[in-house]
Amino acid sequence: MDDKLIIGGKEFTSRLFVGTGKFSSNKLMHDAIIASGTQMVTLAMKRIDMENPHDDMLSHVSGHGINLLPNTSGVRDAREAVLAAELAREAFGTDFIKLEIHPDPKYLFPDPIETLKATEELARLGFKVLPYIQADPVLCKRLEEAGTAAVMPLAAPIGTNKGLVTRDLIEIIIAESRVPVVVDAGLGAPSHAAEAMEMGADAVLVNTAIAVAGDPVAMARAFAKATEAGREAYLAGLGVQSQSAVASSPLTSFLDL
Amino acid sequence: MFSEELLKYDWDATTERINSKTAADVLRALNSPNPGIEGFMALISPAADPFLEQMAARSMALTRERFGKTISMYIPMYITNSCTNSCVYCGFNCHNKFKRVILTPAQIEDECKAIKELGPFENLLIVTGENPRVAGVEYLSQALKVCRPYFSNLSIEVMPMSAEDYARLVEDGLNGVVCFQETYNRKRYNVYHPAGQKANFEWRVNGFDRMGLAGVHKIGMGVLIGLEDWKTDVTMMARHLLYLRKKYWKTRFSVNFPRMRASASGYQPNVVMTDRELAKLTFAFRIFDHDVDISVSTRELPAFRNNICRLGATSMSAGSKTEPGGYHTYPQALEQFAVSDERTPAEVADAIRRAGQEVVWKDWDKVFDVR
Repeated sequence: MDDKLIIGGKEFTSRLFVGTGKFSSNKLMHDAIIASGTQMVTLAMKRIDMENPHDDMLSHVSGHGINLLPNTSGVRDAREAVLAAELAREAFGTDFIKLEIHPDPKYLFPDPIETLKATEELARLGFKVLPYIQADPVLCKRLEEAGTAAVMPLAAPIGTNKGLVTRDLIEIIIAESRVPVVVDAGLGAPSHAAEAMEMGADAVLVNTAIAVAGDPVAMARAFAKATEAGREAYLAGLGVQSQSAVASSPLTSFLDL
Repeated sequence: MFSEELLKYDWDATTERINSKTAADVLRALNSPNPGIEGFMALISPAADPFLEQMAARSMALTRERFGKTISMYIPMYITNSCTNSCVYCGFNCHNKFKRVILTPAQIEDECKAIKELGPFENLLIVTGENPRVAGVEYLSQALKVCRPYFSNLSIEVMPMSAEDYARLVEDGLNGVVCFQETYNRKRYNVYHPAGQKANFEWRVNGFDRMGLAGVHKIGMGVLIGLEDWKTDVTMMARHLLYLRKKYWKTRFSVNFPRMRASASGYQPNVVMTDRELAKLTFAFRIFDHDVDISVSTRELPAFRNNICRLGATSMSAGSKTEPGGYHTYPQALEQFAVSDERTPAEVADAIRRAGQEVVWKDWDKVFDVR
């Protein structure tokens, strides 16, 4: 079936994006990434020694047809984000940037105002911007107008594994968006990923749930299957949950006259 | 622009797709929070006929959730029937010999006063034929300024204009623009619209983008039921609405399903839509788009309007005259089409209240339109 996701002019057949934090070793991270079948891997610039071409983490995610999605985690405002993105473009040779501006170090909630400002500037500079945001439908429209390549609303506070806490808002974002919607943060189980994909999300991003699982490689495989299953269910059209019979026609009897 | 988007959709394939929908598709659409275009096609398909009552119930529930039990009232004011088009079904067709009227600013003011005598209307829809040379943007600008003190909300139903012209009228206090595409069937469009500016399909269909770009607050859409297969036409319109909503997300939208009425053109509709089908379409559209304003004009009979006002419709006209100067200046001039509901605004309002709905005359304030 020809069901490709296109973001920033690039085609993806896998709709599972994977993060690289919190693994117990770079070797395990590498194996989990391969098992997930992902084609998009995000990594924190702050974790990489960008001047060292043999950086251990970087060497563990390079190759295998994987696109790197450097993220700006650690920056606190739009100005810092733009500087970081320019460094990342230089170092990783990609226009893709996952924009993460969370000034608050506790919950890591994204700052919507700085994120919008940075997106405007980065789009102008030719970046393919994927901003991490609150599940805010109006912000999504503003980002669209600013030239974002996709939107990445959070399902739940990052790292909580709580699943689609923002379900109602993400539903609206999916219905209204003209750019791909990648559900990010908080997906704790494969069933959560499947649920997001069944709703019509274009992709999901998972990190913690894979990295801290008992067996991260097996969990990565499970997420891959769930993401695919959810997508296929969405395309197939979900069945009817319930239907109550109606005996008379009190509302439409005027049409019988 | 939408003309490019429209190229993606084949007319005949769409018709076929609608007719292939099954009862299971209808049930899925009825139970989905967001049935989308596929669901909409199922709901207007023949397969939906046995589900009319369920559709009415769902449409009523969604309308109440989003609009409450209300009907917003408006009244049209025709200010000219001068027209350079030759639409085969229209009484204003330029080949139709009768005395053309272009109301002067003083006459427009008289019409405003006469309307205010009829009822506490605050939503005015200014309507013209299409004659950009003698009744173009200058004339409309002037008309808006005359009407502004009398009404809270001003809309126009006139020829499509450039984005600059729309923007200029917005400056003059224009709030909404209504434009009927009539049909989205590109191949057949010119059979009905052979001459004049209206013969340019792309100019008309892209007019909605220009309204959006100009920051028009509210955009009204419609296809004329009676030209082509209405199911295919309204599906194309639903696609158009979806496109516009995503692109011009600050804009409000309304739809209208005008059934062709008798006019001086003597034209007979190619397809006749029954009341049952119109009700079904109204329900389907509400289930498809929970927030769109659905307008039901005096083209429809009182018995239909008295019921549809609680099942999905959200705005209605009353006391309408479809000839320029009809309220005061020229009560005998030629009308664009025959109205079916000749009750006074007070009688219509009473019937709406008896159906359990609140009649809302004012739901906007001109202060929002001050630039």
